[in-house]
Amino acid sequence: MSTEAPVVEEKKVKAPSEPLFSKKNRKLLSDPMDDQNPITVQVLGICSALAITVQVKQAVVMSLSVLAVMVFGNMIISLMRNMIPDRIRIIVQLVVVASLVILVDQVLKAFAFEVSQALSVFVGLIITNCIIMGRLEAFALGNKVWPSVLDGLGNAAAYGVILILVSVVRELFGSGKLFGFELFGNATEGTGLYAIGYMNNNLMILPPMALITVGVIIWIQRSRNRKLIEEN
Amino acid sequence: MAINKNSNTFTFLFATGLVVVFGSLLAIAAEGLKPFQKENLRQKKMLDILTSMGIEAERSQAPELFQTYNKQRILLSSTGEVISSLEGDIDPLNAEDAFNVDIKKEYRNFRGDDASKRRYPMFMFEKEGETLYVVPMVGTGLWGPIWGFMALKDDLNTVYGATFDHKTETPGLGAEIRTPQFHAQFPGEMIYNTNGDFVSIEVTKGASGPDNKHAVDGITGGTITSDGVDEMIRRTLTVYQPYFESQKSLSSL
Repeated sequence: MSTEAPVVEEKKVKAPSEPLFSKKNRKLLSDPMDDQNPITVQVLGICSALAITVQVKQAVVMSLSVLAVMVFGNMIISLMRNMIPDRIRIIVQLVVVASLVILVDQVLKAFAFEVSQALSVFVGLIITNCIIMGRLEAFALGNKVWPSVLDGLGNAAAYGVILILVSVVRELFGSGKLFGFELFGNATEGTGLYAIGYMNNNLMILPPMALITVGVIIWIQRSRNRKLIEEN
Repeated sequence: MAINKNSNTFTFLFATGLVVVFGSLLAIAAEGLKPFQKENLRQKKMLDILTSMGIEAERSQAPELFQTYNKQRILLSSTGEVISSLEGDIDPLNAEDAFNVDIKKEYRNFRGDDASKRRYPMFMFEKEGETLYVVPMVGTGLWGPIWGFMALKDDLNTVYGATFDHKTETPGLGAEIRTPQFHAQFPGEMIYNTNGDFVSIEVTKGASGPDNKHAVDGITGGTITSDGVDEMIRRTLTVYQPYFESQKSLSSL
């Protein structure tokens, strides 16, 4: 048939391969940071954002865990994208994500014991983080490996940035610390700022405050980026 | 290659292959990381025991401190007979060493009629000239296992300190048994009344106070977990009664 000619042409187009950080690929990294932020715009992965943002250290480890799972998950699914039978694709994604999460959990238990105890069930719950399944289904299944890796990186980083932002606010005002360092003096001994009557805001430690902090971040983001505002 | 990737055969083969590959990867990883995880758990256990005696330390220092303070590791049968009594370094392969007895396993594996097969470890320490006895305990909370360590002074009556922990209790409610505030209620409590009868320490609502040396406040909203702690303390200490009695009669001679 007459399909032979276009095939040759397609090869020609492909030949000068895309630079690793072409404009399109850079967009994969930058988009999730603002216009397509998984937490503040798509409102996914909120559960973990509420649960483990009391301390910055936990948030950082959680972000890194999600980053690892997301990047490798996207990579593996993208590598297999032409082989995965359509009917069981969600199950395949689940197997991949679950395996990666268990791997991360085991590594944390071995090398970051205290943090893994503090995160307890939430590491396991990365499996149910909608951002990950969402990216696998929406992006990795239909794109080449490198863009998929970038997409995973971008989304996980965007998730992490919000997580760390929220945890900084909560740890600083909730316990007067950052990464466990007492910035405002010691609360129980009443030194530093506490000597002149400053007090930690206990509400900051409670889950509702995470929701409010995320809300404030969404507010600030939308006031700067007006195209995110829904019209009605 | 003309493979129909949506055919039943391919789907089955793909699923099987995928599971085999990921399953083996996970198995290899789990086996490879096991030594590190075991060491972490061992250090954590030592740290928990030290914490119950009011010794604060980093987890990495725990083994060294444990060795410094530890005088004897005693393993009792359910009738209170001494199975083994060891001093010095812990041999990780010695199943008779009280430190190596996993009371969670003992608790889980021997139930009902088999409960008499459970073995009960305890640890004798010397801290600042004072002899302390640490009793590990395990019980059932609302959602899963709870456990703890209780340190008794050498009168085997007054509580020196205690720590409790849990696996899956409700955060903010039952999970509060893990907090220092809950632990702080225990020092000074007594497990025998003035007549010398064993009364344990009740975890209850309202009845505790400075006058009542046999009760501490339970957790509000965590009644079932509190009851679990109560049951755990009573049941465990009851088993140690014969041993305590024999120790006391020894020292009163």
